Amino acid sequence: MAAKTLFEKVWEQHLVAEPANEPTLLYIDLHLVHEVTSPQAFDGLRLAGRKLRRPDRTVATVDHNVPTTTNRLIIEDAIADKQINTLRKNCKEFGVELYDVEDIEQGIVHVIGPELGLTKPGMTIVCGDSHTSTHGAFGALAFGIGTSEVEHVMATQCLPQSKPKTFRISVEGELAQGVTAKDIVLGIIGRIGTDGATGYVVEYAGSAIRSLSMEGRMTVCNMSIEAGARAGMIAPDETTFAYLKGRRHAPKGAAWDEAVASWSKLKTDPDAKFDREMIIKAEDLAPYVTWGTNPGMVIPVTDRVPDPAKAQSDNDRRAFERALEYMDLKAGVAIEEIPVDRVFLGSCTNSRIEDLRAAAKVVTGYHVSPHVRAMVVPGSHLVKQQAEREGLDKIFLDAGFEWREPGCSMCLGMNPDILQPGERCASTSNRNFEGRQGRGGRTHLVSPEMAAAAAVTGHFTDIRQWEFKGEEVLA
Amino acid sequence: MQPFRTLTSVVTPLDRVNVDTDQIIPKQFLKRIERTGYGEFLFFDWRQDPNFEINQPRHKSSQILVAAKNFGCGSSREHAAWALSDFGYRCVIAPSFADIFHSNAGKNGILLITLPEEQVQALLDRAAKTEGYKLHVSLEDETVHDDQGFSAKFSIDPFRRYCLLEGLDDIGLTLRHADKLDNFEQAHNTKHWLAPRT
Ligand code: SF4
Repeated sequence: MAAKTLFEKVWEQHLVAEPANEPTLLYIDLHLVHEVTSPQAFDGLRLAGRKLRRPDRTVATVDHNVPTTTNRLIIEDAIADKQINTLRKNCKEFGVELYDVEDIEQGIVHVIGPELGLTKPGMTIVCGDSHTSTHGAFGALAFGIGTSEVEHVMATQCLPQSKPKTFRISVEGELAQGVTAKDIVLGIIGRIGTDGATGYVVEYAGSAIRSLSMEGRMTVCNMSIEAGARAGMIAPDETTFAYLKGRRHAPKGAAWDEAVASWSKLKTDPDAKFDREMIIKAEDLAPYVTWGTNPGMVIPVTDRVPDPAKAQSDNDRRAFERALEYMDLKAGVAIEEIPVDRVFLGSCTNSRIEDLRAAAKVVTGYHVSPHVRAMVVPGSHLVKQQAEREGLDKIFLDAGFEWREPGCSMCLGMNPDILQPGERCASTSNRNFEGRQGRGGRTHLVSPEMAAAAAVTGHFTDIRQWEFKGEEVLA
Repeated sequence: MQPFRTLTSVVTPLDRVNVDTDQIIPKQFLKRIERTGYGEFLFFDWRQDPNFEINQPRHKSSQILVAAKNFGCGSSREHAAWALSDFGYRCVIAPSFADIFHSNAGKNGILLITLPEEQVQALLDRAAKTEGYKLHVSLEDETVHDDQGFSAKFSIDPFRRYCLLEGLDDIGLTLRHADKLDNFEQAHNTKHWLAPRT
């Protein structure tokens, strides 16, 4: 049998039909739904008199618009309120299970899928959301789709897809202290650019990837889309199985053993060929900070804002200049000298328990700078509860952070959590596009540790030099 | 979906790389539950600047947008395609497009044409220089040309081309394979380790 990549194995298990001169029909195991990209799809079904083919393979939650303040049932923005109520009505009408704001299992769609064990190795997973790539951390083929495709999956449980190319990125060696999963993926995007993986499914491999926790792997896969990739994947292994075991929707007993036996085969064969390969040495990575208006505009924290004159093309130079103007930065300024006004710890990239633990460790014994407003938004209710059990909420609150209810929050600012024009934010989210966190807001993407340190000092700070106080509190 | 065969229109040059969908339609407009009415919010933040290309009277009623590489990157929001089409754009020409945007555009009858960077640059330059600069696009022949001697062939995935030419609904096309789908599903259902819930 021909040697195959992980991607090919999953792809082949989901081929419904391969009509000549047409895209392949791919079966979808899990369809995640949220309030923003679904109303028009449900409408389409209604108009055509169609039903949802597989409600049992469909899960909905509210996350993008929800308030992160304690009273979550009152949404002052009437249009947002209507959108959420529309999802409630649609879920009822079409028989979809909905994790609503009051539900203990509610959270950001890409946080709750894995957390509840809905996400499993070898699955095909889609959602009307580009960060669906997160679920690839389990060895699933997971990708974002548009609303027409959402409707298509609702009606048929499959999708016409042309086969993407394959790209293996191996990160080999050991990460230095203070260099995180977020830095791996920022380092990759910095190297290949925001369109560097367009048309490809990326498989992340190598010893540095294998040694990551599931949370770390999710952070890496999450940002695959920021390099343009169709999806990111990591082969499942003992770390994956240990994470899944005992989760609410994980198989139990004999079914578990059978599942693990099947999942264990999901590895790229030794002789399998990729369309493209890249190897990165873990020791070459550093804690990164983005300086511009896309995630590819990124440099190590110890560096300086780059000079547009050094850009590779005229187009790039203009983009650099525009970015510097928008970010109100001058070439040559040391990143560590850039002050921040806001700090946001959250989003489907970095709002899991491990992220909160890591940030809490940094702020223990410190206080947020008086010029900074900092908030923590856990990715889900379950993450929030767990953090509270561990006393992390207290550490954050004592240090002067706001401790909020779960949701997307300031990652995209659809709810009231936004930056004011001109405000500068150290954010653990995934996009630093113009206006992403609020019109005129300036976003710098960093790891949770780096965000926490910036909150304390009031400017970007090399976490490798950090003096940790009172680690025993968290031991 | 409205079929796409040929189009002649004034060109809007948008000489920017990596135009992301957050710019095409900012998030505050994603709260609506309709599919229509997004046109007025297209490039909302950039349009605050009166000099922004789309605001210029010379580009009024333009249906062809020409942009630099990696157009439509970022968020999967189909609202970006809805906004472009609602505003009147039926064709975007660029050296490259992001994947999800590519698929969203096709589903809304917007033709995306990929041309080499030099050719796109030539179009951008001509459109910037010549008032009322027009392009003729034919999906049937897969060609783009102007009245000043520019002419280029493009190629597009044959199935996407067919759907655009005919204005076909995807779900209907998939349902032609209903038998295969039923059979596949029956066998696939036994793989309990691929079921979301246990
Ligand atoms: S946290 Fe941000 S990136 Fe993730 S799903 Fe929500 S809005 Fe999208």
